[in-house]
Amino acid sequence: MAIVKTTYGRRSFLKTSALAGGGMVLGFSWLASCQPTPEEVLAMPKEWFNINGFLKIGENGVVTIMSPNPEIGQNVKTSMPMIVAEELDVDWKNVIVEQAPLNTDLYVRQLAGGSQSIRQGWQSLRMAGATARQMLREATAQAWKVPVEEITTEAGVLHHKNSGKSAGYGEMAAAAAKVTVPKEVTLKEIKDFKIIGTSQKNVDGVNIVTGKPLFGLDYKRDGMLIAMIVHPPAFGLKLKSVDDSTARSMPGIKDVFTIQTFNDDYKKHMFDATAFPGLAVVVVGNTTWEVMNARKALKLEWEPMGEFSDTYAHFMTGALSSRKMPAALENTSEHMAKMAEMGAKLAKVARKDGDPEAAFKNAAQVIERNYSAPFLAHNTMEPMNFFAHVTADKAELVGPIQTPEYMEKSVAARLGLPLEKVDIQMTRQGGGFGRRLYGHFVVEAAVISQKVNAPIKLVYSREDDMTFGNYRPAYYATYRAALDANKNLIAFHVRAGGLPESPVAANRFPAGAVDNYLAEEWALDSNISIGAFRAPRSNFIAGAEQSFLDEVAEAAGKDPIEFRLELLDRALKNPVGADNDYEAARYAGVLELVRTKSNWGQQQPNVHRGVSAYFCHNSYVAQVIDLSIENGKPLIHKVHCAVDCGIVINPIAATNLAEGGIVDGIGHSLFSAMSFKDGFPEQNNFDKYRLIRNGEAPKAIEVHFVKNEIDPTGLGEPLNPPIMGALANALYKATGKRFYDQPFLAGKEVLG
Amino acid sequence: MAIFNLNINGKKQQVDVDPATPMLWVLRDHLNLVGTKYGCGIAACGACTIHLGGVAMRSCQLPVSQVGNQAITTIEGLSEKGDHPVQKAWLEHDVAQCGYCQAGQIMNAAAFLQNNPNPSDAEIEAAMNGNICRCGTYVRIKAAIKTAAGG
Repeated sequence: MAIVKTTYGRRSFLKTSALAGGGMVLGFSWLASCQPTPEEVLAMPKEWFNINGFLKIGENGVVTIMSPNPEIGQNVKTSMPMIVAEELDVDWKNVIVEQAPLNTDLYVRQLAGGSQSIRQGWQSLRMAGATARQMLREATAQAWKVPVEEITTEAGVLHHKNSGKSAGYGEMAAAAAKVTVPKEVTLKEIKDFKIIGTSQKNVDGVNIVTGKPLFGLDYKRDGMLIAMIVHPPAFGLKLKSVDDSTARSMPGIKDVFTIQTFNDDYKKHMFDATAFPGLAVVVVGNTTWEVMNARKALKLEWEPMGEFSDTYAHFMTGALSSRKMPAALENTSEHMAKMAEMGAKLAKVARKDGDPEAAFKNAAQVIERNYSAPFLAHNTMEPMNFFAHVTADKAELVGPIQTPEYMEKSVAARLGLPLEKVDIQMTRQGGGFGRRLYGHFVVEAAVISQKVNAPIKLVYSREDDMTFGNYRPAYYATYRAALDANKNLIAFHVRAGGLPESPVAANRFPAGAVDNYLAEEWALDSNISIGAFRAPRSNFIAGAEQSFLDEVAEAAGKDPIEFRLELLDRALKNPVGADNDYEAARYAGVLELVRTKSNWGQQQPNVHRGVSAYFCHNSYVAQVIDLSIENGKPLIHKVHCAVDCGIVINPIAATNLAEGGIVDGIGHSLFSAMSFKDGFPEQNNFDKYRLIRNGEAPKAIEVHFVKNEIDPTGLGEPLNPPIMGALANALYKATGKRFYDQPFLAGKEVLG
Repeated sequence: MAIFNLNINGKKQQVDVDPATPMLWVLRDHLNLVGTKYGCGIAACGACTIHLGGVAMRSCQLPVSQVGNQAITTIEGLSEKGDHPVQKAWLEHDVAQCGYCQAGQIMNAAAFLQNNPNPSDAEIEAAMNGNICRCGTYVRIKAAIKTAAGG
C-alpha cells in the first residue's frame, strides 16, 4: 500500500476556483456532466462544500472535480478527473467536471505539451482524491464516535461494518470540509481500481454534438469588439506604410492602428516566439465579416527586414538561447539544396561509440540513404484567437492556449501590470498540436484591448493562421549502415539537421545496440519561425530511421521485426554505452505484441505490409500497416498498433487518441507541406494545403495496450512518429520503390 | 445594410446586415448560434456545414441575401434534445477529440443519411471527404454513421 505525503500548501486549500466562486459567464458551458445522455441530468445540490482545490461535494452527494489542464482534444478533461474520482472512491455517474482556473500553486504543470499531462499529474491527482476520502472518513469517525480505521468507503458511501451504519459523501461533506488536512494519505492498490482502466465517455461529448459554446472562438461578452491583425505576407518583410483611408470609413469599423506585439526591450521566453518583431496592422470593428472586409481594403506596403536575433528564456530552466533570423526572402528549392549540402559535410558529433570510421572502411557493404521532410503548419481547426479585456488596473483574458501560466507572465510583462492583476481562463481548444504553446496572439489581444479600451476578441483568419509561421521545421537526414561479410550490422551512422534545428536524438535506439555508432547534427539559420509540432523532431527522425532500418534488414537478409529484436536483445544483454535513452525490454515488448496481433508473416493476396517501432515521450509504440495500391493511390486496409504507456486511464479515449496520431502521421507524410517562394508561403488555406481526408484514412485501426502497473506516460504524441516509417516500408513492398522525401505523394494524386 | 427575415431552427429571426454577409457570420455574430464553426472561409473544410432546405451547405459561402424563405437548420436545431440518431451515434462511438469540426461533420452526415439511409463504405467516404478532422477521428466518424444508419 502506497502512503504518500500530502505536499500541497495551505494556500491551495483556501483558494477557491474563480469560476466556481460566481464568475460563471452567461451562456458559456463551463460545466460538463459525466452523464452519457442529456436526459440523465444530475440534480444540482443546494450547497457545495469545498474539500480541497481539486474537488467539492454537494449535500446530495454530487461531486465536482476540477480539470486542471488545457484540453486540446487529448481528453484530459475526462481522464484527469477520473484519477481524482478513483482515489476519492466515488461513483463516476455522480461526478461533474469543471475546467479549473489557472492556479499553479495548487495544480501541477497546467500546460498541454510533451504528452505530460497525465504522467506529471498522476501523483497530485491521486493525492487530491485520496486526501478528500481520508477527510470524509475522519469526519464520519468523529460523528459516529468510532476509530477512523473502521470506516470504509465504496462508490461515494461511507460504511461502518460493526455498527451497520452508512452515510453518503454528501451527508458528511460539511463536516469533512472542516477536518484538518492529513499529513499523509494512503493510495489505492492498482488492483483495486474501479474507474481507472474503464472506458468513460468524453465529459464534453453532449455539449460538442449539440453545438454548445465551448471554444475560444465561441466566447462572447457584452460590448465586445472583433479585432483582426495583419502580419507581413512573407518571412523577411516588415511594414513600410499603411493607407487605411478606405478601411477606416467602412461599415462597422471602429479603429485601425499598428501595434508592436513585444517591445524591443521585452525579455522573451520560448513561448513568445514569432517571426515578426516589427509592427502589425490591426483592424477593430463590430463584427467579424465587417473587419474581414475592411482589412482587404487596407493599402499596405512592405519592405525587406534586416537580420535580427531573438533570445528566449527556457520556460523551466530560464536558460537563454538565441536564434538568428537572417535577412532574406527564402525559397524552398534553395532550402533543399542547402540541406543536401550540409548532409554531405562533417557535422557536430553528438555521440560516438567504438570506431565507426574503421568499421565503415572495413565493411563488406555500406548502405547510405538520405531523407527529407518539409515545413508543416499545425492547422488546428479552430484558428488562433483570444478574448482580452484590459482596463487601467487589470487584464482579463479567455481563450485557447496550451501555456496559460507562461502567457500570463508575458501579458503582465508587456502591459506593465503585476502578475496577480492578469487572469487567463482556459476554454476548450479546437486542436493544439503544439501551435498554441506560442501565445503571441494572447499578448496581441491584450495590447489591442488596452489600445481601444474595450473588450475585444482577436480572430485569425485561416490564412493568417497558416502563414504566421511557428511551423514544424524542415529536416534532412543521412543514414549509413555497415555490414560485414556475414551481413551483421557492425556500424551505424546518422547525420541530420534542419531549418533551423537538428532532429537527432543521439541516445535513442539503435544507439546502445551497435558497437560502432556515430550521431552528428547540424542546423541552418532561417527567418521562417518554427515551433513544437506534435512529437517535435521525432515526427521526422522516427520515420527516417525506421525506413532505413527496413532497408538494412533487407540487405542483411532478415525479417524486419526479427532484425530489430536482435538489436534490442543486444541492447538489453550487453548494451554499448551507458546513456541509452530507452528500455530495450519494453521496446521489444511492443514489437512482439504487434507481431502476434497482426499475424506477422502471414501473406494476404495483394496486401503489402510495413512495420515500424519507436520510443518517444516516455511511451513505446510498434505499428504494422497493411495497404495496397488501387488506381495509383495507397489504400490502407488496416493498421495494427501496440502501445506501452503504462497504466491506461481511459481505454476508449486512449484508443481514440492512438487512432488520431496514426491518421495524423499518415496524412502529413503522404500529403502535407508548406513551401516558400521569395519568403511568401505558397499555401494559405485548405485548397492548397493538403490534409488527409476521410476516404484516405485507414479503413480500420486496431490498438493494443501492453498491460502493466507502470505509472502512466504520454499518448498524445508517441503514436504519430513511427507510422511514417511503417507507411514508407509498406509503400516499398507495394511499389518496389523506396520513399525518402515527404510528402510521399508530393502534390501528385497518383503514385508514379 | 438590409433587413432579412430568416427561418432558423423553426424560429423567425430578423437581422440587419450587409447582404453579402455569409450565413456563417450571421449565425455566429448576429444570432449567437456559435455551434456552426469557422474553419477556412472558402468551403474547403466543412466545419460551417448547415442545412438549407434540408440540403447540406457550407455556410461560409452562402450570402444571407440568397437564403430567402428556405428553412435553415443548424447544429443547435438538429434535434430538440440532442437525440438525433447521428448525435446519439456520435456519443456512442465517443467520436470527438478536440470536437471543433464535429458539428459540421454531424450536419453533413445527417443530410447525407436523409438521402441515402443505407450507404456503403465508399458512399460514406465520398460524402464525408469534404469535412476535415485535423485530430483524425475519421475511423470513428465512419463507424458512427453506420450505427446511425442501422438505427
